[in-house]
Amino acid sequence: MFKKLTSSEGGRGLLLISPPFFYALLLMAFPLGAIILFSFWTQNFMDVDTTFTLNNYRTIIEQPIYGALLQRSLFVSGTVTLVTVVLAFPIAYFVSFHVRSDRKALWLFLITIPFWTSYLIRVFLWKVILGYNGVINTGLLNIGLIDEPLTFILYNVNAVIITLAHAFAPFAILPIFVALEKIDRSLLEASQDLGENKVMTFFRVTLPLAMPGVVAAVLIVFIPTIGDYVTPELMGGAGGKLIANMIQTQFLALNNAPLGAALAVVAMLSVTAISLVFVLLNRRWLRGRS
Amino acid sequence: MSLRVYAIAYLIFLYAPIALLPIFAFNDARIIAFPLSGFTTDWFAALMTNTSLHTAVKNSLFIAVMTAILSTLLGICAARAGAMYRFPVKAGIMGFIMLPLVLPEIIVAVSLLVVVVQIFDMGLSHWTIIAAHVLICTPFCIAILNGAFQNLDPSMEEAAMDLGESRFSAFRLVTLPLVMPGIISSMLIAFTISLDEFIIAFFLSGVSPTMPVYIWGLMRFPAQLPVVMALGTILVALSILLLTIAELLRRRGMARAGVKDKGGFL
Repeated sequence: MFKKLTSSEGGRGLLLISPPFFYALLLMAFPLGAIILFSFWTQNFMDVDTTFTLNNYRTIIEQPIYGALLQRSLFVSGTVTLVTVVLAFPIAYFVSFHVRSDRKALWLFLITIPFWTSYLIRVFLWKVILGYNGVINTGLLNIGLIDEPLTFILYNVNAVIITLAHAFAPFAILPIFVALEKIDRSLLEASQDLGENKVMTFFRVTLPLAMPGVVAAVLIVFIPTIGDYVTPELMGGAGGKLIANMIQTQFLALNNAPLGAALAVVAMLSVTAISLVFVLLNRRWLRGRS
Repeated sequence: MSLRVYAIAYLIFLYAPIALLPIFAFNDARIIAFPLSGFTTDWFAALMTNTSLHTAVKNSLFIAVMTAILSTLLGICAARAGAMYRFPVKAGIMGFIMLPLVLPEIIVAVSLLVVVVQIFDMGLSHWTIIAAHVLICTPFCIAILNGAFQNLDPSMEEAAMDLGESRFSAFRLVTLPLVMPGIISSMLIAFTISLDEFIIAFFLSGVSPTMPVYIWGLMRFPAQLPVVMALGTILVALSILLLTIAELLRRRGMARAGVKDKGGFL
């Protein structure tokens, strides 16, 4: 059996890929299945009741707080995605089209460095920047632009959005950059030779060709942001808590893990559904153009 | 021109939080706010005598080293299989292995917590964190190692085998030295991710916390914040050092494989 596997190219490939594949199966697919199963159970203090029930989902639908949190989370993730991708595109474009090719790696390195440094401390420093006695307020007070500190920038949804947009910036820049790098530059010349100006060339040639990168950037920002509870916990104040905070509370503080599991399942399904709709709409848009 | 101005403004936005870190780490005041009051190294001195911090750092180092080794090993398997062989449902399998890259971390955390505690009824330990960190680091390792493996000429290994080496020793003697910079770079990145990871570690750590979990605890006490700033300064300096080494090695690896550097490890 082993001999047979190693004798063909396909067999050797499968043999080699099986450790990472089974690892992902055991530690990702199996636990995801377990959490779905778990969301149909109930918990009473430390005892888990394994009778199948829809009660957790019923609770989520009936109690308005869960719907409100989910809605707010999706709004925050969506806004963060929009802000991040719109701000990131010009950077990716600049590095791909305007930076000398031997300097590109340096620019990408500079962009990724802040992303790898302590996440918790970075979030906390945004508090220092946006706070009542923070950098922005003292700065604006000193130059006389405002008379008293601004309060709408900390402990609310705005602060959560700014901090998350900062944290996910490289995730948006890199896929767009890769897509832009792949564009054959002669296509742009051809477009201009055929009479389009620079702006129209950008919208009719560059942007559609960069779309796969934009879609990847949207997904890689939108999906993980739903799972962050650090930023809303530190920056959100009372009105800025998100669904991930509720999941965390159910699991660690309230000891109602099955309800937490059901919330996690609902959150996962919502982001997956929205992502799929986005990918489909984008495909249709690109096809409609060609 | 205006794009360049925008790019520089964007870099300032990216670096603003990190730039503040050393300022407050050396500031002689317990409150983290302007105006600054004076220079001190007391906060760094406080780090040296904090034994529970030392334990947390040791825990994190152990977890990060094990994660770096294991996820790089899995990454080598995947990157080599992806670059060298065609096999059934290749795109599907590769996509599946890369999936943790977009999976929200809280989902990874709670699903593993449910499996370990509720289903297998085991206790949490460093190994539960390592298991989860290997899952989320492997896609990053694969992305880096792909650069090293993809442009390797398969005929070099074949030549070694024709000359009498076994398949494994051909890999060890020919391919391994060529991809070594990529392997070290992948281990450094996995190490950095694991050392900094909080969301999963918070759910899965047992009695002895990792460093980020310990920092999270410190953040509840305003008096401890300057110490956190000092610790953060050291961590940032350390990650910049490690990442610079990783980047230089990655570039050398690309040069060895004879590929034009397209930049970036993602």
